[in-house]
Amino acid sequence: MTTAYSSTTTLPNLFGRGAPATPRLRVWWTGLLAAAAWLTLGLLTRAWPNKLIGFSDWAYTAEFGAAACIVGALLLAIIVLGRYAERIARRLRPAGAWLIALPLLFGAWEVLTAKLGLLPTPFFAPPQNLIEVYGEDWRRLGDSAWHSIRLLFHGVAIGTLLGFLTGVAIGWSRAVGYWVHPVLRFVGPVPASALLPLAFFAFPSSYAAAVFVISLATFFPVTILTWSGVAGVNRQYYDVARTLGASEWFLVLRVAIPAALPQVFVGLFMALGAAFSVLVVAEMMGVKAGLGWYLTWAQGWASYANMYAALIIMAVVCSSTVTLLFVLRDRVLSWQKGTVKW
Amino acid sequence: MSAVLQDRPVAAPRGARIEVRQVSHRFELAQGPLPVLDRIDLAVQPGEFVALLGPSGCGKSTLLRLVAGLEPASSGTLTHDGAPIARPHPSRIVVFQDPTLFPWRSVWDNVALGLQARGVLKAERARVDEALALVGLRAFAKAHPHQLSGGMAQRVALARALVNDPSLLVLDEPLGKLDSLTRMTMQSELVALWQRAGFSALLVTHDVEEAFFMAQRVVVLSDRPARIVAELRNTLPYPRQRGSATLADLRHEALRRLGLDATW
Repeated sequence: MTTAYSSTTTLPNLFGRGAPATPRLRVWWTGLLAAAAWLTLGLLTRAWPNKLIGFSDWAYTAEFGAAACIVGALLLAIIVLGRYAERIARRLRPAGAWLIALPLLFGAWEVLTAKLGLLPTPFFAPPQNLIEVYGEDWRRLGDSAWHSIRLLFHGVAIGTLLGFLTGVAIGWSRAVGYWVHPVLRFVGPVPASALLPLAFFAFPSSYAAAVFVISLATFFPVTILTWSGVAGVNRQYYDVARTLGASEWFLVLRVAIPAALPQVFVGLFMALGAAFSVLVVAEMMGVKAGLGWYLTWAQGWASYANMYAALIIMAVVCSSTVTLLFVLRDRVLSWQKGTVKW
Repeated sequence: MSAVLQDRPVAAPRGARIEVRQVSHRFELAQGPLPVLDRIDLAVQPGEFVALLGPSGCGKSTLLRLVAGLEPASSGTLTHDGAPIARPHPSRIVVFQDPTLFPWRSVWDNVALGLQARGVLKAERARVDEALALVGLRAFAKAHPHQLSGGMAQRVALARALVNDPSLLVLDEPLGKLDSLTRMTMQSELVALWQRAGFSALLVTHDVEEAFFMAQRVVVLSDRPARIVAELRNTLPYPRQRGSATLADLRHEALRRLGLDATW
């Protein structure tokens, strides 16, 4: 029987004080079950003929089945190799239950669409159809994703910079607060996408208009949270710094801003959500590129599989952006304890 | 002996002379003015250790804020070596009840704060290490405040004050939040630091024992608005014995002045 090497050590802690548990040899049953599930998915996809609707069969059915079989075989190999594949096994172990759930989901999806044809065809495509889309349209999808990322970056960067500066200025100076606060209260809550039609004719290009509206959507939450961060700084921090001879600039740069940073990151997190939403709307309305544009384009051709493919890419892009933000935060705010892990 | 203290001749008096003349102070609240200090007259001689003892909320901490220059007094004058106190100055450092270390800075960077604020950190980096050694926390230079115990954090706050070589150390109940054993240890440490460095010290406390164990002179304040009700001198030499009969007599006298004679 196969045995898998395993130790019960968790992630190494920061101080390296965790005593390593004594290694034990035991079979990774969850992994074995996952391998079986993937192999079953692959064999089922290949052996069970698709239900034909119209005249064409789904392309890439055999390939999809083969891919599932390969995943199953790799999992099996990791288990059989035991201590030789220990590092990979240790990384996979926490995902064990998901490795079982995924082939089950894919199986249900495959059976309901390609095999039984229970879900109406133009709207629900089987998994292999997504492979087909990615294989045939990767150039346009990649181009769209790149355009979206670039637009998002420009908008968010400008909005964050201006929002941060404005937030610090309102939090610090009563005079700036007097003038900016009412404007912020009146204009801030307006959904940024409502300004899109206005922006499209006010700006020389639809790209510039979209950058403006995305930066506006980013600006508002970043400003408010930076401001509240600066305003909420423990007064005693200032007293301490002042008795030690700190200048006004020192108080802003070395006391107020570092103390407000946790709040700034909350603002950025909220801002990203708003920015994603405005980005897609802008691309659907006027910008002739990007994933939002691709979605409307695919809908126009009733090619729903392309839409799913674009949505999946969008999920990857947005999720990665948020992950990046959290990685940045964990680096900048490493002095904090007990922060939420994304 | 640390080099922090070696850059000045040990024999020369280097503590600040603080004079508080007829100082009254009130807070302007929505319900009207709230008087907190009532014609306070107080002098701290160079190198002297004075304690302000009074009930909670009587205005002692306000007096310290005025001496530190964090707030201007409503009336009366405060001087430091003859010059009026108008704003905070790094020669008069406050140690607060909360250590108020900056959580985003390491212990070393916290201690370096004053030198950095005055733009002299590059030239005087060694002083930070020396100040940390003085409070016995050299090994924790890279730790962050959330990793420290209450006593350790307060020691860091002390090092952050001492690195500036103050002529007056203003102590606003600096040991108030520590457990009683740590507290007693730190009382002795503070006295030892004061003796070695020669600064003047102004300690606010509501702990009668602490006041007499540490200070040469204890100023007893009344309830708000604070008036001086007594000045008790403690001539016992250092290091002092907690069980000494003289200390007990002084404590009794202070409690009597505070209207707590019945509890003796």
